[in-house]
Amino acid sequence: MNNKELMQHANEVRKMIIIGTHSAKAGHPGGSLSAADIFTFLYFEEMNIDPAEPAKPDRDRFVLSKGHTAPGLYGAMAERGYFPKEEIPTLRHTGARLQGHPSIQYLPGLDMSSGSLGQGISAACGMALGAKLQNKDYRVYTLLGDGELEEGQVWEAAMFAGAKKLDNLVVIVDNNNLQIDGPISEVNNPYPIDKKFEAFNFHVININGNDFDEIRAAMKEARETKGMPTCIVAHTLKGKGVSFMENQVAWHGVAPNDEQFEIAMKDLERIGEEIG
Amino acid sequence: MADVKKIATRQSYGESLRDLAEEYPNLVVLDADLSNATKTGTFKKVYPDRFINCGIAESNMMSIAAGLSTTGLIPFASTFAMFASGRAYEQVRNSIGYPHLNVKIGATHAGISVGEDGASHQCLEDLALMRMIPGMVVMCPADDTEARMAIRAALDYVGPVYIRFGRAAVPVVFDENYKFEIGKGAILREGTDVTLVANGLCVASALEAADKLAADGISAEIINICTIKPLDDDLIVASARKTGKVVTAEEHSILGGLGGAVAECLAEKCPTPMYRIGVRDRFGESGPAAELLHKYMLDGEGVYKQVKEFVTK
Repeated sequence: MNNKELMQHANEVRKMIIIGTHSAKAGHPGGSLSAADIFTFLYFEEMNIDPAEPAKPDRDRFVLSKGHTAPGLYGAMAERGYFPKEEIPTLRHTGARLQGHPSIQYLPGLDMSSGSLGQGISAACGMALGAKLQNKDYRVYTLLGDGELEEGQVWEAAMFAGAKKLDNLVVIVDNNNLQIDGPISEVNNPYPIDKKFEAFNFHVININGNDFDEIRAAMKEARETKGMPTCIVAHTLKGKGVSFMENQVAWHGVAPNDEQFEIAMKDLERIGEEIG
Repeated sequence: MADVKKIATRQSYGESLRDLAEEYPNLVVLDADLSNATKTGTFKKVYPDRFINCGIAESNMMSIAAGLSTTGLIPFASTFAMFASGRAYEQVRNSIGYPHLNVKIGATHAGISVGEDGASHQCLEDLALMRMIPGMVVMCPADDTEARMAIRAALDYVGPVYIRFGRAAVPVVFDENYKFEIGKGAILREGTDVTLVANGLCVASALEAADKLAADGISAEIINICTIKPLDDDLIVASARKTGKVVTAEEHSILGGLGGAVAECLAEKCPTPMYRIGVRDRFGESGPAAELLHKYMLDGEGVYKQVKEFVTK
């Protein structure tokens, strides 16, 4: 898929993040927007998946370890055709399939329930190991927040992935620098992220996570890396695409009100026109 | 019961995993650096490619098992009960229970019969913790025979299962004719004066106590409840109606385990005077298992004394 098409899809994903969180009057737009390009690339170019057959045994897997950014994942899935876009405004509503954090009990097409930080990467390791044990060649992708790296379980999982040489596993860190209480370097500094994963025997690639050329190159490099898992440290802009949310920690877990919704949608319409 | 054969249920666990491996080709076994103690080493020896050592990282192990199960494998995740249910509680809840994944947890070294290691390793809360998780099957086999049957039943069942095993050798109560079914209790001895509901090593204690009670003219009905969840309400209620008095006996806190489950059941369906035998809201301590079981009144004599006092007061 060419970059222009990916950018168009990513912009639609961003709109759905705003529509969903606005309708829910809750949710996490900031980290959903920062990762929108990664979600889009995974669901439109990278992963071997089929929305018509979401449980296909040999499909690639995706685990959203930073489960609170479900609005971004749901946006990508709806855009890709897993479920109707009309369902997006049901986000977080009673009885909705679009639970506040992803749940396989509710929504087909999800590979894992998540939300409690640190657990998704472990589950992804289990899936990658499952492929190895059964001589399957599918790949497993998991997306973590940079604040999530403060969870000890992330490093238990990283040690496991490195030790077991899970080269079918790609760990992507959405490094947008902000967590709910402030800049990650001030809350409990997980930097240097790349050197830490290197120490756990990962192949590490630093990229601009809002640039499709760089995402594509990193994914290719990950596929070509044998004998060790890959960690892509994706440097991103929290709130990307919505003028008043960009790089603002206040938009980690707050939904736009009606007025802010209008401004955000206008921002994204304008970006859509610029993409063409 | 001096000449009765004794086997630790952790040994039954390791041997069963090995013995069932051919029949269940999707079975894989995980451990957290305790394969000698949990006896999963018995499986590892024959099936090294299906054994995954996660190292000393029980939380990660539970979520790994969850991920493995989504690929069609049936993981048995093994460690001490303290770490399986305590340290990794939230991983069991959120990675395994909430998505209702087909993960089996084999938790060994439960209760005070861990012995000399002391309270830090004597888990007395696991049945309560695991019972709270929606959809989780929770079992506590009484002996070698039942442990083996429970493991097979867990493999045949689709969904999360927690099975509790012990460190100490315990009398073999059942023979191969014993019929095991998840969710079904068994009347081991009929009686009319008091119902004694037990699980784990307290089943043998209860049977021993029943002999002593009979000598005193007290007829005790002995019920084995291996599956604490889902609980066999009908069996317990029917017996409570018959005897009018119920005692529970378990190597667990009196809070939230078998005693708690039976109390909840009876309070709603058949309010009955009750007494809970177990560890009475305190931590354990170091000592040889037999001495601790005696001190905490969980051996045959201790159960006998407590039932007698309850029935005759």
